[in-house]
Amino acid sequence: MEHLDYETLNTLKQVMEDDFNLLLETFRQDSTDRLQKLREVIQGTDADPIRRAAHSFKGSSSNIGAQQLSALCAALEKKALAGNLQGLVADVDQIEQEFLLVQSSLDSFR
Amino acid sequence: MNEVRRLKILVADDTDTDRLILESIVRKEGHTVVSACNGLEAIQVYSAEKPDIVLLDALMPELDGFGAARKIKELAGDELVPIIFLTSLSDTESLVQCLDAGGDDFLSKPYNRIILQAKIKSFNRMRELHSTMLTQRDQIVQYNNRLLQEQMVAKHVFDNVAHSGCLNANNVRYFLSSLAVFNGDVLVAAMRPSGSMMVLLGDFTGHGLPAAIGAMPLASTFYGMVPKGFSMTDILREINGKLKNILPVGIFCCAVMMDINFRKKKLKIWNGGLPDCFIHRHSDGSIIPVKSTHLPLGVLSNRAFKDNCEYFDLEKNDRIYGWSDGIHEARNGAGEMFGEERLKKVFAGNHNRNRLFDEIIESVQQFVGGGEKDDDLSLLEIRMDDPERVNPFAKEASDRFGNSDIEWAMRFEVKPTSFKVFDPLPMLLNVLMEVPSLRAFSSTLYTILAELYTNALEHGVLRLDSGLKQTPDGFTEYYQLREERIKCVDSGYVRINISHKTNENGGVLKVRIEDSGDGFDYANRVQGNLSAFGYSGRGIALVEKLCGGVKYSGRGNIAEVDFSWVSDD
Repeated sequence: MEHLDYETLNTLKQVMEDDFNLLLETFRQDSTDRLQKLREVIQGTDADPIRRAAHSFKGSSSNIGAQQLSALCAALEKKALAGNLQGLVADVDQIEQEFLLVQSSLDSFR
Repeated sequence: MNEVRRLKILVADDTDTDRLILESIVRKEGHTVVSACNGLEAIQVYSAEKPDIVLLDALMPELDGFGAARKIKELAGDELVPIIFLTSLSDTESLVQCLDAGGDDFLSKPYNRIILQAKIKSFNRMRELHSTMLTQRDQIVQYNNRLLQEQMVAKHVFDNVAHSGCLNANNVRYFLSSLAVFNGDVLVAAMRPSGSMMVLLGDFTGHGLPAAIGAMPLASTFYGMVPKGFSMTDILREINGKLKNILPVGIFCCAVMMDINFRKKKLKIWNGGLPDCFIHRHSDGSIIPVKSTHLPLGVLSNRAFKDNCEYFDLEKNDRIYGWSDGIHEARNGAGEMFGEERLKKVFAGNHNRNRLFDEIIESVQQFVGGGEKDDDLSLLEIRMDDPERVNPFAKEASDRFGNSDIEWAMRFEVKPTSFKVFDPLPMLLNVLMEVPSLRAFSSTLYTILAELYTNALEHGVLRLDSGLKQTPDGFTEYYQLREERIKCVDSGYVRINISHKTNENGGVLKVRIEDSGDGFDYANRVQGNLSAFGYSGRGIALVEKLCGGVKYSGRGNIAEVDFSWVSDD
């Protein structure tokens, strides 16, 4: 799976016009917040906040065309829903890795 | 495709990226965007901005999309506010939850601009449709309320007009059911001065207000004429003429009218367009049908209208049944009609005469079951009885008419100074019309009085020669002379004697007119010859025909006639 779906990105660029850069900036900020949120909630033992955080991140990354990132979040969401709290730190590490990759790809797309 | 007008769209999403994208898409479509970052804010913005369409993220902090949707639908009330859930949820349960919360549709992430555009268009169409429907619904409610209110007022007037008669007499039973506030059927009954009862059962084409409008003049004419003693044929003609004049083509009144004479145990009946009435013989239970032999009221002009009636001799406790076609055409669940055969079976199966009326109603209602009633249903039963058992009025009138001959006489003299200023005929006719039974003969009586008085005045008092009138020129001279002489007449008189006496079958009205003139040689006059007097004599010949002769006496200055009338009641 590609890290970025360029077709989605191109459409977005058309739709957003001048706001496209703002969108990318917002996405970066949004995602940074969500990652931090993820890091926080996996400290606890409650599966629901983890599921919610993963769900939101999944939605926004899919909208921007970051399909790999979205898939990773979906996997985490599913895991949390099942109540499986094993190896969460590794999962979030993997998500952060992917986000950094997406970020650099977006920078070059811009 | 229709251009979507500028809408105000609420976008509620807690993820800035998603909201930014959505706002851009919506704005690109030419709509105005208002935004919210969570459920509570969504409700606040909704209340403040009243957007046309709401895009709501399912999962949001504070209050999630489901809760916000419920609250927004509640605030919207009757108004249709389409809510489209924005979701990356894809399991069936979550999607069902969206709809349960009042959501109208979903939009999955990642957003597809074409799909969102199509959804906004389609929901806007639905919203407009809904708002048109609401407006029209409110109008209908308003119209309906007004209609009902108008009908209530009209019904009040109608009931006062139509139900003021003698339907409460001991020998009358009736049943009227109606489809609307108004009944297309009308039933009126009133007592004649003679103590007989007149009843009219009518079924107007159509139902409700249009039908009842015709019932008003019918009832007021009926109640206006019956107590004054007009004959049934006069009343039928009057009603027919009135309905013909006021009702549009295609609306008319099938009717049966009866005159029931309790003293003589006679029935006079006219049926125009209603199903056969039944006369049920108490003695052997047999039925005599009275067929409709006329067109309904309000169809023919009075010139073409036929008023010939049928006459029956009844016995005490014989019953007359009249009905609208609602009984014959009552349908059961299978669409079959009740029909005359079933009706006859009810009569055949009857053992207790007093139950017959109830049995008819019961079997019709049983037959119809819970089915839709699609016509007005009317049933009338009139039992022949002795006058004293019908109602107090019938008894009193019967005593008055039945047991004694009524006799009266009047004398009236016209003096010289009155001839030129006063015509006694209208006044005399008015007096005669106070006698109910004589009303049917008003034109005949006028002819008789007019001829006799004119002869007495012109040939007797004014001494005009009728021979003058044999030529057209003489005619003119005759009337010039009449004019001159009537102005200066200073002597003479015309004396009018009228007496009236009733008998079992009718009565005799005697009119005797005496003038101050010289009279004529009546011994040589040929009676009954219409041309015997040329132009001038035709009137007298007519009177001779109407009264079976004119008796002259004195020196030919006294003319006397007997007008015998037979009551057909």
